[in-house]
Amino acid sequence: MSTRAQFSEELDQLKQQIKELAVEAKYSLDSAIHLLYECDVEKARQLIEDDAELDAREERINDNAVLMIAKQQPVASDLRRLVSAIKISSDLERMADHSTNIAKATIHLGEHHNIEIDPELREMAILAMDMVDLAVKAFEYEDITLANKLAEMDDVVDNKYGMVVKQMLELTAINPEQIQHIMQMAYVARYIERFADHITNIGENIFYLVKGKTYDLNS
Amino acid sequence: MNETIEQQKKTANVKIESKSTDKKQKNTEGRHVFEVEDLNLWYGSDQALYEVSMNVPEQQVTAIIGPSGCGKSTFLKTLNRMVEMVPIVKTSGDIKYRNQNIFGNNFQQEYLRTKVGMVFQKPNPFPKSVYDNVAYGPRIHGIKDKKTLDQIVEKSLKGAAIWDELKDRLDENAYGLSGGQQQRVCIARALAVEPDVILMDEPTSALDPISTAKVEELVQELKKKYSIIIVTHNMQQAARISDKTAFFLNGELVEFAETDDLFQNPRDKRTEDYITGRFG
Repeated sequence: MSTRAQFSEELDQLKQQIKELAVEAKYSLDSAIHLLYECDVEKARQLIEDDAELDAREERINDNAVLMIAKQQPVASDLRRLVSAIKISSDLERMADHSTNIAKATIHLGEHHNIEIDPELREMAILAMDMVDLAVKAFEYEDITLANKLAEMDDVVDNKYGMVVKQMLELTAINPEQIQHIMQMAYVARYIERFADHITNIGENIFYLVKGKTYDLNS
Repeated sequence: MNETIEQQKKTANVKIESKSTDKKQKNTEGRHVFEVEDLNLWYGSDQALYEVSMNVPEQQVTAIIGPSGCGKSTFLKTLNRMVEMVPIVKTSGDIKYRNQNIFGNNFQQEYLRTKVGMVFQKPNPFPKSVYDNVAYGPRIHGIKDKKTLDQIVEKSLKGAAIWDELKDRLDENAYGLSGGQQQRVCIARALAVEPDVILMDEPTSALDPISTAKVEELVQELKKKYSIIIVTHNMQQAARISDKTAFFLNGELVEFAETDDLFQNPRDKRTEDYITGRFG
């Protein structure tokens, strides 16, 4: 196999590793939200422990990318691919961290709280997970039109976040004794909103990968 | 925001805002030492250069890259008309050096060779002392005064960043020097006639990494006073030391751009394929 063919194969492997990490990050949010509604403190603790594996995956992607930069001295789209890989994997790792934050909120709320978890949180999470699917597709096909849709979806998540926070504030006014619990729900909304922001960053990295320029999809 | 980005937005059917500025090719900006227009060159019936047009900027390093046989060395040798030493060569098009047509009837080839020095792939010192190598050009130009020659030799060797290494070995035969030292003596020899432009044809391809680093460092120093055009097969070298890069392929100038742009985001797919090693 020629050196170039081997390098191309390594780039493909790196892409595959990123896609797998994205699936794991999505799965972590799915699980965290499910456990929140189920008040499953035990499994929430497990989810936090499992995050170490995602951190390790991110580290492996970074190590591989840095090694390829050192060995191949890439330029142009090859270099952009590797720079994007490092940045995207960092966003994915941060997304998984937000899932663990949600699991921590589940632990704070405990098994026997009696407040209703706002259904809007699930709606926000579903949207964020759809964004992950779209981002993976945009990354797979290096499709900037798809990547740009992430910005629109992120706007919807942001709007929902605004509404949820407003509702929470109203709730604290009429249920001051439950303020600790309500605050946890507001935090969860914030974590999902941040999760979605990281996906938008991935969209920006796809733009950079394709166009070689930096774009701001968050504004 | 410029039109290029606007166009890209349109293509992607998206509404986006760019954080970066699009560095335009500065082909028409600044002062140029050479202005090449529609240059064609034939070796007999074989065409080696096709409609090459480019402006070589003043006091910058211009790198020329491309696969073997793409015409980059031919192009370099055309700039000081050295290519005409091959009897079957014919050319069409224009090359202006400082606004003077180098193919014009009134243009003196000797003047061009003085103003446009050349350093070759393999160090080619004369079998003479270091001193005589560097003093060779000035002597040909009629300088006989020992003191003046001493000054020129010192200045040139300092300019080539080799004075400290050789100041006590000026009488030694240049053949006894290392390859890297020989190459810098050749650069000093080129500097001794006070050129304006220095052409370098793969000047480090026969050197070890340490000597290569010294020559590269020297090129960065030299560009403060001279305009440099360097042909190199080492793309990392082009990326490291040049301000602008020209990519030649099959005698055609495919792309000529700011080096940063060309190596990060080439406009032409052929450039991308070449610099990322996808050719062949």
